[in-house]
Formats: sequence, C-alpha cells, structure tokens
Amino acid sequence: MILFITLVLSLVIFTVALLAVSTKTLTTSVIAAGAVSLFASLLYVILRAPDVAMTEAAISSGLMTALFFIILSRIGRKNDD
Amino acid sequence: MIRKFFILIILLAFSIILTGIITEYVSPEALGTAASYYAEKGPGEMGATNLVTSVLITYRGLDTLGEVTVLFLVASILGFYLNVQKSNKNSTCSPLLHTASRLIFPFIFLTGIYIIINGHITPGGGFQGGAFIASAFLLVLLAGLGKDKSTGLFSILESLSGLVYVLVGLAGIIFAGGFLDTRILPLGESGKLLSAGAIPVISILIGIKVGAELSSMIVKLSYNGQGN
Repeated sequence: MILFITLVLSLVIFTVALLAVSTKTLTTSVIAAGAVSLFASLLYVILRAPDVAMTEAAISSGLMTALFFIILSRIGRKNDD
Repeated sequence: MIRKFFILIILLAFSIILTGIITEYVSPEALGTAASYYAEKGPGEMGATNLVTSVLITYRGLDTLGEVTVLFLVASILGFYLNVQKSNKNSTCSPLLHTASRLIFPFIFLTGIYIIINGHITPGGGFQGGAFIASAFLLVLLAGLGKDKSTGLFSILESLSGLVYVLVGLAGIIFAGGFLDTRILPLGESGKLLSAGAIPVISILIGIKVGAELSSMIVKLSYNGQGN
C-alpha cells in the first residue's frame, strides 16, 4: 500500500513538474511549482521525515509561491510566455 | 537546430551521470560514525525526544547559527535596497479572503507557536514554526489587514532574539561543555515540555527570529511602491 501511494505520488509530482515547465502562462507555472512542493512534502512524510515535510510545505509551497506572485505583480507580467 | 542539439547532448550526459549514481547506489546497512553517535547518545545526553532538533540545535548548533545569520543577511540586504513605503492603494481583495483570513490567522499562528514550543518533543522546531508564523502574516498581508508600523517591530524582535541566541551560546562556554552547549539548564524528564536543557529556549528564539525575518521580507517586497 505504501509502495503504491509512493508510486502514485511520484507520478503526480512528475506530471505537475512537467506542467510547470511546459505551460505557457506564468501563473499556471508558479502554481504547478507550488503543487510539486506540496506533493513532495507528502512524500517526505511517507519517507518518515516530518521535519523536512513541514519546512517544505511552509516555505516552498506557501511562501515561495506567494513570493513569486508578489514579484510577478511587481514586474507587471502576467501572461507572457 | 544546433541549440537543440546541444540541449540534447547535455540531457544525455545528465542521464548517463544519474543512471550511474542510481545503479551504483547501495543503501548503507548501518549508520555512519557521527550518525550512530547521535542516535545512541543523543536522547540521554541532551534529553530531547526529537533527535532531529537535538542534532540541529546542539550538536550542529553552529550550522543553525550560520543559517540564521544567512537569513539575517538576506533580510538586511532586502531592507537596504527596498525602503518600505506606505502603500496608498486600498486593498482590493475579495471579501471572502478578508473574512476567512481573520478567521484562520489565529489558528495558523497558534500552530506555529505549538510547533516551536514542542520542537524538542514532536517533529518541528524553530525554523518550521517560524515559517508557519510568517505564512500567517502573509495571509494577513494578502487580506490587507497589516499595519504599516509592523516592520519596525519585526526588526527589533529579530535583532533581540539573535543577540540572545548568541548569548545563550556563550553561556554554554561558561556553564557547560562549550559554545551552544544546551546543558546549561537542567535536562529534566525526557518527553516533558520543560526538559532538554536550553533546547526549547533556543528553539523559541530561532522561531521568533525566522518568523520576524520572513515576515519582514514579505512586507518589504510587497509594500514597496511602484514609483521606486
């Protein structure tokens, strides 16, 4: 069961990471990058590293995504490729 | 065409290197010298149930101090380049976000404090809890509830907690084994809230410092006016 969950999580991370690179809109890309971190933090919990999972979820998935949006709004580019 | 060819070559080289690493990798049977020392002696010596925190704060305390210093440098540089100006524009967030963030903020904040205070018992610690607190402040900022005076308080808090952190470390030289030795306070019963020497104290200091630094960074980045 654990192996199955790990495999599905890895596949999801891979797919979302591909989406983050290949999509044309910057906002989708930023959100996909945040989702990669969120699923990676789940993976860390399965790998029994809850400390790392907390850091990943709070900083990479939360603060970094917000930081990207703040910067995007500051430089005024929303939908360039 | 040539560019794509080069990209292909680089990707191939990467894949060759990575396949080498994956196929050669052997999962180690036992812990290394330092790791087995931490795992065996750590709980008894430092009295912390969470081994990760005791390694981070005591055995590798100098590294943590360095990390906090790097974060302080980043915050200082941001503060140097981005002078905080009052944003005159009214907050244009939706009422949904405005109401929900007022409801959720105390819970996120309390979770952060819980993670910081219980850092030596359950997973977590100063850094994680500080990041939680900073994300709570981020929510408040997004909802337009923040006050403009808060950055001054943040700088005072982070400077004070950094100073006290170093002072606690120096107290380790005088009263215990060396710099950042946390056995200056009684170890107490393992698993209790008031135990593990000075680990909770340092954890709280790191939590305040990281939370204040990350929050002030976000405030500085988002509040800066367009005219600068």
